[in-house]
Amino acid sequence: MKPAPFRYADPLTLDEALAVLSDEGEGAKVLAGGQSLLPLLSMRLAAPATLVDINRVPGLDTVKATGDGVTVGALVRHARLLGGHPDAMAAARVQPLLARATANVAHPAIRNRGTTVGSIAHADPSGEMTSVLALTDGSVTVATPNGVETVGWRDLFVGPLETSVHGPAIVTSAFFPALAAHSGTAFAEVARRKGDYAVCGGGVVVTLDADRRVAAVRAAYVSVGLTPEVHDLTDAVIGQPADSADWAAAGAFARTLVDPDTDLHASADYRRLLVGVLTERMLAEAAAEASARVTGE
Amino acid sequence: MSTDTERTVTLTVNGVPREATVPVRRLLSDALRHDLGLTGTHVGCEHGVCGACTVLVDGAPVRSCLMLAVQVDGHEVTTVEGLAHADHQGGQVLHPVQEAFRECHALQCGFCTPGFLMTIAAGLEGRDNSAELTEEEVDDMVGGNLCRCTGYANIKKAVHHAAATMRDSE
Repeated sequence: MKPAPFRYADPLTLDEALAVLSDEGEGAKVLAGGQSLLPLLSMRLAAPATLVDINRVPGLDTVKATGDGVTVGALVRHARLLGGHPDAMAAARVQPLLARATANVAHPAIRNRGTTVGSIAHADPSGEMTSVLALTDGSVTVATPNGVETVGWRDLFVGPLETSVHGPAIVTSAFFPALAAHSGTAFAEVARRKGDYAVCGGGVVVTLDADRRVAAVRAAYVSVGLTPEVHDLTDAVIGQPADSADWAAAGAFARTLVDPDTDLHASADYRRLLVGVLTERMLAEAAAEASARVTGE
Repeated sequence: MSTDTERTVTLTVNGVPREATVPVRRLLSDALRHDLGLTGTHVGCEHGVCGACTVLVDGAPVRSCLMLAVQVDGHEVTTVEGLAHADHQGGQVLHPVQEAFRECHALQCGFCTPGFLMTIAAGLEGRDNSAELTEEEVDDMVGGNLCRCTGYANIKKAVHHAAATMRDSE
């Protein structure tokens, strides 16, 4: 349970970090929060030749909330997006899903160290933030020696623990677009122990029209499927009043759309059942919030 | 820039400046125990699940098995050895959380205890203790630490006990 030997660099600028990544080639890996990477190293599931630790690179630890959305820098720890932190409150006003999902990410000690962007770049199908990026139709900014590019979530997630980011490249931030008007969100998980990887989890966005009738319903799940996917559940409840819509029907519809796997912790059938139950619960909650936002105008 | 396989790390541990030359792959947990001789930090699962190795880095609880020793260069680390403070008569005064663990019988074999103490001490010090401590908050605070002896009831009792002590002394 000790990492295999590697070389280590902790560059002081982004350019320097990209230069080391270029020099070291294929075997180099970026280290940010390390809360997923270090267990992989200790279990020898990964043995990179070089770790490029970006923790000393300045400018990557900012949370910027504007009317368009929330930009989270690569060194922003999960804890920053939670609770009483001023950054969290500013972000929650623009996109409440961020804090809601982050509350389900691991335990306090992990959240103090792990980063939101690192968890996205890690692309674990049981990670929360990958699903939030998808559900909000977000993107990441990737720095390479040739410049900076923006990659949308659909092009980012290739497979479990695999993204389209290759070669000397660093994901420097993630952008979560603002929640649309007349919309509400919810996020929920079932886990064996609070903070553990979810057996099944998910988030929803419900959008109403001015008469508080359902206009759009989207959902994304955690620990269900190999890569994040956004499911459109609108057809099950379209036009129904927010306070009496048939959310159970939307939950039942969601069950037909997902394709979970069986593992040690749960069968595929049980996961599908949880998708239905959680979806129904979350939609009622999100619709109530959306309804309050229509009133608030 | 060059890459290294070994580094000399300078840090402050429990208020004392320390230095160690370590292979870069050395985990912080191992550096504390092997290189600095502070064996109060216990190592359980070594992959971030059990919480036994929790220490404070710049005041915030982290898993010392999920950090490299080279990453705390220039930083401040507090281990369970730094929780009690001197009473100016050659003895030590236990931290309210340690006192509460003794009072509430919140440990049996004691292996997980250092991690619980660090997690709870930081958790209580980081909150407004005039606000009522809910069961949900306690669960969230200690939920990341495993104990195979106590069944957690007395640990949770100790969290409330310590919170009350800390509130009264404020």
